[in-house]
Amino acid sequence: MNTVTAHPSTRRGTELVLLIFAIAVVLLAYANVGLAVDGALPVDIIPMGIGFIAIAVTFHLVLRWKAAYADPTLLPIATLLNGLGLVMIRRLDLNSSATNGLLEGSALRQLIWSAVAVGAAITLLFVLPDHRRLRRYTFTFALAGIILLMMPLLPVIGRNINGNRIWIGLGPFSFQPSELAKIAVTIFFASYLVQTRDALSLVGKRVLGLPLPRARDLGPIIGAWLASLAVLVFESDLGTSLLFFGVFVAMIYIATERRSWIIIGLTMFLVGCYTAYLLFAHFRVRVTLWLDPFTQGLSDQVAKGLMGMASGGLTGTGLGQGHPEITYFANSDYIIASFGEELGLVGLMAILLLYGLFVERGLRTALAARDGFGKLLASGLAFSMALQCFVVIGGVTRVIPLTGLTTPFLAAGGSSLLANWIIVALLLRISDQARRPMFESSAMADEMTQVVKIR
Amino acid sequence: MNTPIRRLSVVVMAMFAALLIASTMIQFVQAKEYNDKPGNRRTLLASYAKERGSILVEGNAVATSTPTDNDFKWLRTYPKGTQYAAATGYFSFTYGTSGVERGYNDMLSGSSDKLFYRQLPDILTGKQPQGASVELTLRAKVQDAARKALGNQRGAVVALDPKTGAILAMVTSPTYDPNQLASHNLNAVQANWKRLLAAPGQPLVNRTISGNLYPPGSTFKLVTAAAALSSGKYQPDSELEGPAALKLPGVTKPLPNITGQSCGPDDKVSMKDALKISCNTAFASLGMDLGQDTVREQAVKFGFGQELTIPMTVSPSRFPSDLGQAQLAQSAIGQYDVRVTPLQVAMISAAIANGGKVMRPYLVQNVKDKSLDVISSTDPSQLSTPISGDVANQLKDMMKTVVDSGTGRLAQIPNVEVAGKTGTAETAPGVNADVWFTGFAPVNDPKIAVAVVVENGGTAGQEASGGSVAAPIARQVMEAVVGQ
Repeated sequence: MNTVTAHPSTRRGTELVLLIFAIAVVLLAYANVGLAVDGALPVDIIPMGIGFIAIAVTFHLVLRWKAAYADPTLLPIATLLNGLGLVMIRRLDLNSSATNGLLEGSALRQLIWSAVAVGAAITLLFVLPDHRRLRRYTFTFALAGIILLMMPLLPVIGRNINGNRIWIGLGPFSFQPSELAKIAVTIFFASYLVQTRDALSLVGKRVLGLPLPRARDLGPIIGAWLASLAVLVFESDLGTSLLFFGVFVAMIYIATERRSWIIIGLTMFLVGCYTAYLLFAHFRVRVTLWLDPFTQGLSDQVAKGLMGMASGGLTGTGLGQGHPEITYFANSDYIIASFGEELGLVGLMAILLLYGLFVERGLRTALAARDGFGKLLASGLAFSMALQCFVVIGGVTRVIPLTGLTTPFLAAGGSSLLANWIIVALLLRISDQARRPMFESSAMADEMTQVVKIR
Repeated sequence: MNTPIRRLSVVVMAMFAALLIASTMIQFVQAKEYNDKPGNRRTLLASYAKERGSILVEGNAVATSTPTDNDFKWLRTYPKGTQYAAATGYFSFTYGTSGVERGYNDMLSGSSDKLFYRQLPDILTGKQPQGASVELTLRAKVQDAARKALGNQRGAVVALDPKTGAILAMVTSPTYDPNQLASHNLNAVQANWKRLLAAPGQPLVNRTISGNLYPPGSTFKLVTAAAALSSGKYQPDSELEGPAALKLPGVTKPLPNITGQSCGPDDKVSMKDALKISCNTAFASLGMDLGQDTVREQAVKFGFGQELTIPMTVSPSRFPSDLGQAQLAQSAIGQYDVRVTPLQVAMISAAIANGGKVMRPYLVQNVKDKSLDVISSTDPSQLSTPISGDVANQLKDMMKTVVDSGTGRLAQIPNVEVAGKTGTAETAPGVNADVWFTGFAPVNDPKIAVAVVVENGGTAGQEASGGSVAAPIARQVMEAVVGQ
């Protein structure tokens, strides 16, 4: 093990510059919306701006203090996306109702949730100085993930909204627990796979040239598959089940470095899809609409989204000057179509590249991580972000059939914001560990310790 | 574990590449296709948000946009609503567009690529670009005369400049007021729309170019005569069989003349006289002699079976196929299953007037930008040459005698030579005939060709004939151009 003598650059200055840029873009967009819709600057732009800057700068300062070597691009990208989403939600609120110019409705909720989510992320950086501590709670996270996933099925608190039973609610307060379950399960996967990777990759028989794992090692995979099928069947949430299964297959592939897992996973996925196609009418409808969004007599949501994006063309109608409100769920599932309409292909590409950059920085963190758990966790979290973008944006743009998932950071929804900011915090923490000079980090794990249980 | 992570990042890049390609497809490659989808509310809203160009007749707006305070920003108004409805069509938020409003929508709305450079200064300065104006070929005087002459009778009038194909008048009755469909009171628009759809006489149908089409009756004898003269076997003074009633092969009921009389001594009549008095038996036997292919080919040369865009789509007129001899006899005099648009009938007259050449009919003269620079204009173009110049002259003479001393005398204009042909088409038993007149004037230097149809005999009812009802209407329309 080499001893690093020179301090690597912390890159916090770079982060600050990028953060200022992100905040400037968001505030300009907010001013633009006010000018376009009301013909005047939003009256709350100054308190809004100050609040927004305060939240972002606080996070930045916490990073300087608690995770000085963290990746400098993650926070600015998340801030920019979160801010743009807030602007679009506000713009859609203005369109749907006359307001007194003050923030209210969905936009106010989104702002409060943003603060809560960033607060949670900051807290996490304080209470989790080293991500490897999460491995102590491997099966606690497994249990938490399953409980969170199944919560919407409970009586009283389970809510059925728009045909999907993926919400829980108490009074006016509603929450989508699968978003948090995503993180809990990813932590469990990473932790479990680090422990069992040797068994999974080395032991087993060859069947038809394919090295198959032992039945008892196969258990968790079957379990993950059944859990995603259960989500699909009982909550009719195709998106979430796709996300869970996809992340799991990717992580097991990384852990074992064996392609047989991809083949097994894809086969199981295709079988699941085909079964769902045969069993569920609503899934068949989505496939029909995917092939021809203009099918008469079915939902015209896809068609309306496409026409919205088309009307934006290359450069868009300009914020506040299009008609994204014509599409249903314009501020949640379809917020990407709203951006496509008002910012055009140019704006949409910028947003897609921001996501791409975020994911690649996450994967870069995984490459740089020094411990197997960190590698698996970072790549799992990054890939879940990529897959979520692909599933929801791909649904809107007709790459795949439409399934319900939230667009990370942009879409209106507190649970999604909370989960995504926690992912940011975890990635920041892992990247801080990865880039921190050896002598500064305490009891740094080397490759040998990966198979040793911490408990 | 790094190798699979690197591979995974390639998968991630491929996923994002797919999203980038898909959004490029939607927002760039297929954007126009999506924007042009019927019922695309965004395209409609966008077209309301900017000033739509005017539709002009001789420099005066017959459709124009006026600013409003509401969300729609501009209200489409039709200063002479019903007068020009057949040509302008309507521009409705709920029910889309029709007529020139539809045919030239991308120019009027300003969305045409051809306008891009002209709008560039507006785009750069942030001004909302304005649509181009469209100038029609209609002549206000002719249109007024046609409207007034047709009155409340159901039917249609269309007039052409035979030398260019420019449409001088386009009137259909009953009609509607496009202002009622362009209103921003969407409930009222819906009520008006339902009323118009339910109204007897289908006021939304432009009878000059579409609808159920009409049997042409005796006006079709011009086609039969043209086929006969073009064949070389006949001259205007060739003798035809003209009995009071013609026995048809395989049919018990003979085909009679309307007068019930023989067309000439010894049941013989010259083609010229047969046309003058509109002798059914003579043209029926002539048609049988020529054969169905000869007659059909002549009809096709005049434009039958061809779909035209003026910019509205013109329903193709049709001459039936696979005719027996009896059916051919009926078809040769414009009965049986022959169906025409008034525009097609006017094109037959125009061809004869224009020395045998049919010009492509058009309704839009030119498109102008807001500073009245002409962006594009319609050049007259020839559609076909259905008959030779000689045959055209022979037919001209024959049509002249129809007006001078035949069935079309009521189309006479003092000091102007007029040529024409009447028609009285039976539609169904117990229903009054659809009566026709088509013709042109002046004979030597034709400036207008016209076709008039009045359904169900018009106000004259059972007594109506092409000569008594349709000819006077045609006279007033032609007078608007050639009168003193």
